[in-house]
Amino acid sequence: MIFKKLSALSTIACMLLSTAAGAGEIWVTNEKDDTVSVIDTDTLEVIQTYETGERPRGITFSKDFSRVYICASDSDAVQVIDPNTGKILHDLPSGEDPEQFVLHPDDTHLYIANEDDAITTVVNTQTRKVVAQIDVGVEPEGMAVSPDGKIAITTSETTNMAHWINTETQELFANTLVDSRPRHAEFAKDGAEMWVSSEIGGTLTIFDTANQSEKAKISFEVQGVHQDRVQPVGFEFTNGDTHAFVALGPSNHIAVVNAETFEVEDYILVGRRVWHMAFNADKSQLFTTNGVSGDVTVIDVASRKALKSIKVGRFPWGAAFRPSP
Amino acid sequence: MKRLIWLMAICLFCQPALAQVQLQAGYLQVEVERPPTLSNLDPLPEKNGLAGAELGLRDNQTTGKFLGQTYELAAAIAELGDDPLEAAKTMLAASPYLIVDAPAEVLLAIADLPEAEGALLFNISAGDVALRDTECRANMLHSLPSLAMRTDALAQVLVQKRWTDLVMIAGSFPEDRAYADAMRGSLKKFGLKLSDEKQWDAGADMRRTASQEIPLFTQGFGDYDAMILADELHDFGRYVLYNTWAARPIVGSEGLTATTWSPVIEQWGAAQLQSRFRELHARDMTSQDYAAWAAFRTLGEAVTRTNASDPETLRAYIMSDAFELAGFKGRPLTYRAWNGQLRQPIAIAHPRALVAQAPLEGFLHQTNELDSLGRDRLESKCEAYQ
Repeated sequence: MIFKKLSALSTIACMLLSTAAGAGEIWVTNEKDDTVSVIDTDTLEVIQTYETGERPRGITFSKDFSRVYICASDSDAVQVIDPNTGKILHDLPSGEDPEQFVLHPDDTHLYIANEDDAITTVVNTQTRKVVAQIDVGVEPEGMAVSPDGKIAITTSETTNMAHWINTETQELFANTLVDSRPRHAEFAKDGAEMWVSSEIGGTLTIFDTANQSEKAKISFEVQGVHQDRVQPVGFEFTNGDTHAFVALGPSNHIAVVNAETFEVEDYILVGRRVWHMAFNADKSQLFTTNGVSGDVTVIDVASRKALKSIKVGRFPWGAAFRPSP
Repeated sequence: MKRLIWLMAICLFCQPALAQVQLQAGYLQVEVERPPTLSNLDPLPEKNGLAGAELGLRDNQTTGKFLGQTYELAAAIAELGDDPLEAAKTMLAASPYLIVDAPAEVLLAIADLPEAEGALLFNISAGDVALRDTECRANMLHSLPSLAMRTDALAQVLVQKRWTDLVMIAGSFPEDRAYADAMRGSLKKFGLKLSDEKQWDAGADMRRTASQEIPLFTQGFGDYDAMILADELHDFGRYVLYNTWAARPIVGSEGLTATTWSPVIEQWGAAQLQSRFRELHARDMTSQDYAAWAAFRTLGEAVTRTNASDPETLRAYIMSDAFELAGFKGRPLTYRAWNGQLRQPIAIAHPRALVAQAPLEGFLHQTNELDSLGRDRLESKCEAYQ
């Protein structure tokens, strides 16, 4: 019965794929359910729930979408899952308490933040071996890699720094202070800029990648919400990096930042304690994970309006997109 | 690769922080005589407070190694019979930064030492309201919340739950009386009243007779919404739970408590702090550990941001608007300009879960909701900070 349903679904998915190139799935890790929910970006429904290791957080796909990597923090492993079956293929050594990671453009090396150990672990996903461990600040979390693959970033929550890693030598070459509790990092504009969010500081810091100097700092103001509750966490860039959508945690809003002027243009009300997010295929829709309300909000990017809330597992954390198979 | 090396060279110049800055802090524990209590169930945690400072040291060191800043911590215990002031003098001769676990009167005596002039002391053990008010000292900061902050937090819960008909049982130790006083003040502040109050009669051994004694003892209260226990040494309160005449919730020193820190806090990244602490010390983090951790992290944060280690610079930075400490309580922690108290949310918890976090929603304040807890600027009688 289930099999039948599955095959029917995949037939529909194939049909959609042939008509609309944008069909896809958003995979959401549920931190307190030890599961991942799979949302269809066309029907906006949960079509699958797969079991994972304990406390799944970071999630990312291999470049050809044939593998999904999940940080199972309390299992002290990165799990490699076949996204077509949900089957756990094997674990990668990850160091203790992996929270968040980033896949290098070479599609082989994972840079993993080990939150409890103040270490960034570099793992080769093919040989399944640890290539390097780099000492970073206390509670590393945010991870990013430049588009050319030369620089990896780890941000550390209690040390309040962005650590710049030379991916050839696997050594730090710069450490830049940011405001309190940095949570997430992303390169923008072909790697020319590196953005870091500071949850407790309430800011986004934008660095000039060439010399690691601070280029701009963005603050937020949500009407009716005390400044202390406006806590930027995850963020993603729209097509062409013209705008950044920034999750503001317990203020329950997403901010829309103009990435040219660094001005905040809009605030969109979403679910409670909004954390991370992922776009659909053509970036016309954004899916945000709302930890406390246990749901995902779908935002129409053009109109900047919330369209729908989708119930997922308990404490959804990470989100990643893949095209429908 | 070449480009990266060149960038590194630039950074040697763009980060003046690579110059060596060193900060040494002292930790002084003054032992006090503890009165006997009915139950033998609670062992005193080892290194209560110092364990938190040690974790703070590690956090600071990890951060410091990227900036060429180093930290040291020297700890000393003044045992019963030792002169705590002599111990404090010795420590202050080595460093102007002293984290102190001592009763209020000893804290004041240390702050008033000539050797403490220009020093920066952190009170991590005494919740006495007077230390933040009439008896405040410019060289003393408080990373532990005052009693009033904790009882205000609980009063907010009572208001929110509409538990307005209240009774209280207070113990007779000075700590119990101070708690009961703070509680009365908080009830008044939030428009609540006690309909009845009893003093605990310390006669019986409750391990054997609680089920017989407590119903009788509480029968006279009649009906009420909630019972407050002032039992800060945890002498009798545990025997009151589930033995009262009326089936009503119990709050205060037992039952639903308002506390600085608790093992049940896991939100706001706290799970990480808890697990780092457990890994280092193989026990749970107490409120006093948390206050000591916050004290040393306050210094660390100030050194990180100013790249200095002299007390004038650090004190000025700590008291400035620029300072903020990420303290795993969901919002930035800062110091009150009028009395040196670390502003912080208060956990409302029972031993198994966090129930709420004060300030509760709806308790508004003109500048910072956190200032709805404890002595606010306008009611402050602290002169040393003006």
